[in-house]
Amino acid sequence: MSAQSNSTWDRRSLLRAAAGLAVAAPLAACGSNNGRGGGSGSGKQLTQMFHAYGEPGVEQAVKRYAAAYKKANVTTQWITSADYESKLFATLLTRNAPDVFEFHPQIQLVKSGQVADLSDIVNPVKDDFNAADITSHTVDGKIYGVRMIDDPQFFFYRPSLFEKAGVKVPETFDELMEAAAKLTTGKTKGVYLGNDLHAIVNPLIWSAGADTLNDKNEIAYHTPAVIEGLKKLRTLFASGHLLLGAPTDFWDPSALSQGLCAIQFCGMWAMPQFQKALGDDLGIFPFPKTVDSGKPSVYNGGWSMFVNAKGDNAEAAKEYVKWLWIDQKQYQEDFATSYGFHIPPRSSIAASATPLKSGLPAQGVKLFNQYGHFDNIGWTQAMIQATWDVIADCVRKNGDPEAALDTCDKTVGRELKKLFG
Amino acid sequence: MSTTTKPALASPAPAKARPARTWRGLRGSRTFNFWLFISPFLAGLIIFIYVPIGWSVYLSFFDARFTVTPSKFIGFDNYTYMLTDPKFVHSLGTFTVFAAFIVPTTWAVSLGLALLVNRLRFLRAFFRSVFFLPTACSYVAASLIWKMSLFSGVRFGLMNTVLGWFGIDGIAWLASPSPPWYWLVIVTARLWLQSGFYMILFLAALQNIPAELYEAAAIDGARPGWQTFRHITLPQLRATSTAVILLLLIAAYQAFDEFFNLLDKTTWGRPPLVELYYTALGTEQDYGAGSAGAVILTALIVVVTLFQGKLMGFGRGEDSK
Repeated sequence: MSAQSNSTWDRRSLLRAAAGLAVAAPLAACGSNNGRGGGSGSGKQLTQMFHAYGEPGVEQAVKRYAAAYKKANVTTQWITSADYESKLFATLLTRNAPDVFEFHPQIQLVKSGQVADLSDIVNPVKDDFNAADITSHTVDGKIYGVRMIDDPQFFFYRPSLFEKAGVKVPETFDELMEAAAKLTTGKTKGVYLGNDLHAIVNPLIWSAGADTLNDKNEIAYHTPAVIEGLKKLRTLFASGHLLLGAPTDFWDPSALSQGLCAIQFCGMWAMPQFQKALGDDLGIFPFPKTVDSGKPSVYNGGWSMFVNAKGDNAEAAKEYVKWLWIDQKQYQEDFATSYGFHIPPRSSIAASATPLKSGLPAQGVKLFNQYGHFDNIGWTQAMIQATWDVIADCVRKNGDPEAALDTCDKTVGRELKKLFG
Repeated sequence: MSTTTKPALASPAPAKARPARTWRGLRGSRTFNFWLFISPFLAGLIIFIYVPIGWSVYLSFFDARFTVTPSKFIGFDNYTYMLTDPKFVHSLGTFTVFAAFIVPTTWAVSLGLALLVNRLRFLRAFFRSVFFLPTACSYVAASLIWKMSLFSGVRFGLMNTVLGWFGIDGIAWLASPSPPWYWLVIVTARLWLQSGFYMILFLAALQNIPAELYEAAAIDGARPGWQTFRHITLPQLRATSTAVILLLLIAAYQAFDEFFNLLDKTTWGRPPLVELYYTALGTEQDYGAGSAGAVILTALIVVVTLFQGKLMGFGRGEDSK
């Protein structure tokens, strides 16, 4: 037997092989970087998509829960972009769409068949959920998502600064403006509502005694009281007492904790960070009524888990959602209270969550129950964008509120017609 | 036995059989080599450019919300919608004004830098690199630096710190359109980012101008400085200027990154591409209307470019020197 092998590797062969590999490797890579590898379970591969939470430790917690699931390999796409909704919507149209994703209940996801009916996994424990959360996820009697956390949003303030300036906690928007004026100093602005003011659009509507849509899914925000509220907001915007152009947005506690402002609109999720920075020098109050006929309001935001109905693994994904957000109560409590403070949507968990039972967190829960407004599933992202444009046009740009609302009506009306006929 | 032998006639050499086209022979073919090198790029061009353009034109005639494989043909409805959408029309108008400002400004700044660098006797390579380096910076990174460090609306932003030294109150540069300070932020960012690249083009063109022209002009009594610049340098740069203005115009209409990052979700200062992003990929997810807008924008860029080419004689640059 010849010692000489038939497969002689000369220089050219090697070059050819290297060239082949060079071509094949990127092609292989094109299809592999989809976040579907590396899970610890067995069987199906599932992908879940989360927006980046600001509180330290949440990402690790989400990945830890996923790793504990043994019926499938669950990998996490952690989206740090500020434009989570755009990224999610675009990804849902592709083969790389996540099997499970978090978002807010919106009817267009149901109408376009993008989210699966989860009634069968929620119905057995429906009575243990906050009734408003169930309503906000229901279309034609079917439940399309599982609420993970409720996030009340209100004002945080420093009582020591109030005392120094002789200011009492505002009960009306006029009082908020007066307080902002008194609290503004050379280094500190009176109040911070976020850089783009988007976070306070819905509270502004509710505090004027109006709503986004009524029970018949008709426009309910275009009222004289809302117009008056918009005019007052413009006055505050132009007063020099509102913090504008801050390095971080409303959801981050830095503006108040670093002394850039005396009052900040934010969510209860940031309460532990506020407390860490300011200790006991911290108070909260709801968005005050903008007109006499209005009433204070709190936006009960939050995040819900949905299953991609068009994915290949919809059934396995539903099993995973049931396991994590229905069965694993210890993870749900951990997610709601160990990082930022959120209110668990499950009544049994909310009742047993020790960190929410006393002090400022308990006050937050009280405001949530007393003044809270929940997501309306008929109020879609396009409608939300239209109301953001109202703020841009008539508050930041000093346009006519009536004209801005008319423009908004056209967009919302077009959207309503497409969704409800 | 005698044997006679005929002198052997040399038989004609058999016609040489045409060799089979071997792999080795094929590799020698210039046509083959041409296609070998061109085909990957051609395939990329077709797959990633022409097919999406064609699909976009196709989508523009369909109702395509939350889908890119539509079924409901609606004719020109998407075009009507986009052309009557005040936000989209406004973005086209705003950016025609923006282009009218940024194109000559960048042209002047980059030409000025090129003239300065070209005059240097020492450290020319250093300064050429210094001015060119911002081109390597990402528009997104530059926008974030401009937004968070230089033009932050709070007291510790660099510009507000400087204003504070003179007793001037801090300005919220990007928060409000009145006064429109946001243009200052955008224009400075864009000038910083793109002037270096066009400076290099001008520098190359300047170094191609024969020194004899200046010598002849000097003999004829032309004064160095403005007179020489106006009558010799500028006409010699005509071809480069035309190309630079063309590229700047297209870049102005394709502006996205710095506007998207600096003016997050505002209704003002929105270029057409950001408007289309929000229509197609953002909250509306209307790929039909977004595609119609893209076709309109492309048509506008083509018209403006052709007009500019006609005006400045694009392609006639060499003849008209």
